[in-house]
Amino acid sequence: MVENRPFAQFMAYLTLVLGVVVVAFPVYLAIMASTFDAATIINGNMPLIPGDQAVENYTRTLFYGGKQAREPVAMMMVNSMIMAMGIAIGKIIISILSAYAVVYFKFPFRKTAFWVIFITLMLPVEVRIYPTYKIVADLGLLDTYTGLVMPLIASATGTLLFRQFFMTVPDELLEASKIDGAGAFRFFKDTLLPLSMTTIAALFVIQFIYGWNQYLWPLLITTKSSMQTIVIGIKKMITTTDALTEWQIAMTTAVLAMVPPVLVVIFMQRLFVKGLVETEK
Amino acid sequence: MAGVTLDTVRKIYAGNVEAVKGVSLGIEDGSFCVLVGPSGCGKSTLLRMIAGLETISGGEIRIGDRVVNQVEPADRDIAMVFQNYALYPHMSVYDNMAYGLRNRKTPKDEIDKRVKEAARILAIEPFLDRKPRALSGGQRQRVAMGRAIVRKPQVFLFDEPLSNLDAKLRVQMRVEIKRLQKALGVTSIYVTHDQVEAMTLSDKLVVMSGGQIEQVGSPSEVYRRPETRFVATFIGSPPMNILPGKVEGPGRVSVGGQMIAVTDMREGLAPGSAIEVGLRPEDVQAGSAPGASSLDMDVDFVEELGATQLFHGKVAGTDFVVQASTGQIAADTRKLTLSIDPGNVHLFDPQTTKRLGRV
Repeated sequence: MVENRPFAQFMAYLTLVLGVVVVAFPVYLAIMASTFDAATIINGNMPLIPGDQAVENYTRTLFYGGKQAREPVAMMMVNSMIMAMGIAIGKIIISILSAYAVVYFKFPFRKTAFWVIFITLMLPVEVRIYPTYKIVADLGLLDTYTGLVMPLIASATGTLLFRQFFMTVPDELLEASKIDGAGAFRFFKDTLLPLSMTTIAALFVIQFIYGWNQYLWPLLITTKSSMQTIVIGIKKMITTTDALTEWQIAMTTAVLAMVPPVLVVIFMQRLFVKGLVETEK
Repeated sequence: MAGVTLDTVRKIYAGNVEAVKGVSLGIEDGSFCVLVGPSGCGKSTLLRMIAGLETISGGEIRIGDRVVNQVEPADRDIAMVFQNYALYPHMSVYDNMAYGLRNRKTPKDEIDKRVKEAARILAIEPFLDRKPRALSGGQRQRVAMGRAIVRKPQVFLFDEPLSNLDAKLRVQMRVEIKRLQKALGVTSIYVTHDQVEAMTLSDKLVVMSGGQIEQVGSPSEVYRRPETRFVATFIGSPPMNILPGKVEGPGRVSVGGQMIAVTDMREGLAPGSAIEVGLRPEDVQAGSAPGASSLDMDVDFVEELGATQLFHGKVAGTDFVVQASTGQIAADTRKLTLSIDPGNVHLFDPQTTKRLGRV
């Protein structure tokens, strides 16, 4: 099809650019704000070109934190990183194993097992938050990394994703493996796992960001400031009481909070897209 | 090496569907046995039972002298080539072939030797480092065969290995499989729905239908003397014509009032009883003069096949096809007189569909 309609094309690009500006401008503003001192931001006439306080802001945020809280953001980032990695990796391990069981093994109540897993999709953390809190508290896991990570690992998304992928793997591969003398574990390790690499990457990206962005759960179960995650940290910096909000520190923290998810997406993008659209076997 | 013996082997699936109904078959050591039949006739199920990929509901399967009913596929000393090749997509050609041997803890230099040897036989040496997806269909097929060869099994199992290839390559690979099997001398069981493949490859041809064996024999036996009407119409292309007829006396039947002499006819058939008369399209001679044993045919249209022509029409109201060398009969002929060689007439019982030949 040959299309040569300059006006239509212009409108298409205009819409595109408008869309990008709407999404990108607040981010740009945050990045700029992290390079000024508090006074410049407060007086309402913040320039749109970078200021000269970047080094000062970032070193202070990372290693000292806000005036009231004095919690270094570097520590929060470590906490967030442990939580996000724990959730992502834990979820991948749990879901790939459960999907393997559901797809490749015949055992009593297999269908039931699958449906039970499936139903948990309807029960996100927010819905089951009270019983979950109770269990975690009773187990003495408040203010621990285990408590942060474990309840969020259990969910069905990963299991479903792997199940769908396993169903597309031809049965003959399993049969060929059997004839080649590979048992259930060997088939999993030598054939299924390497074939699942892109699906694993996709799930890792999704779950890392999911874990990194958690707010409600860490807010509930962490009380010690040494266990605080960065998303909570941002909220705490924006004070509503009589003290003045240090906007430059809050903005710097926000920018820092964006960095790891962005890096994960950038470095895993190729695999991530492949994992979601993969058809070639 | 070893032969394979099946003793009233049955397969009953959930819901009481009987896919294989008591098949007994002996496959001699070193022979090439082809199971042929329409889809759903149980041939693949039977092969998968021999491979150990399906449980056996009844009967006994022996490889050599060993009953293998309860033996794991890997321990049956067999190798299988699948229809879609089932190569491990993430492994190189070399690793694909070596995988089974590694699982068996074969020494490294022995694996290397065997893989190189198989690659040489199959002419896939240049591709050993490639992944399967970088190979053409024919090359993948060879790798799949290589994976079977390196195992040095007692039995090769082929599950429609050529049906994913294009027509030309299929003919080429067919010849190669035959040559390879002869060279290695390994007992082979090959499943196909393609009767040309079945005829050309087999030492022993097994025609199956509805979970049962219809006939076992050499390809020429099965072609020359089909035991049932099913075999008669299944083997041979174009298929055998079947005409309704009547017994007239010893060695004589009639079709639509015209007499035909028959050599191979059971004695003691009651004159006047109904019978089915089978004639292969390539076995009837078209002429113009009516003879002692001839049939009249009305021609509807002609199919050109290059070397031969197919005349489609009707004999005594039943569809009939005649194959003739191109130019032998004018293409615009509307009426043909077919002279019938008594030795080429096959008779079948209309009720049991069994052959009514000499006992």
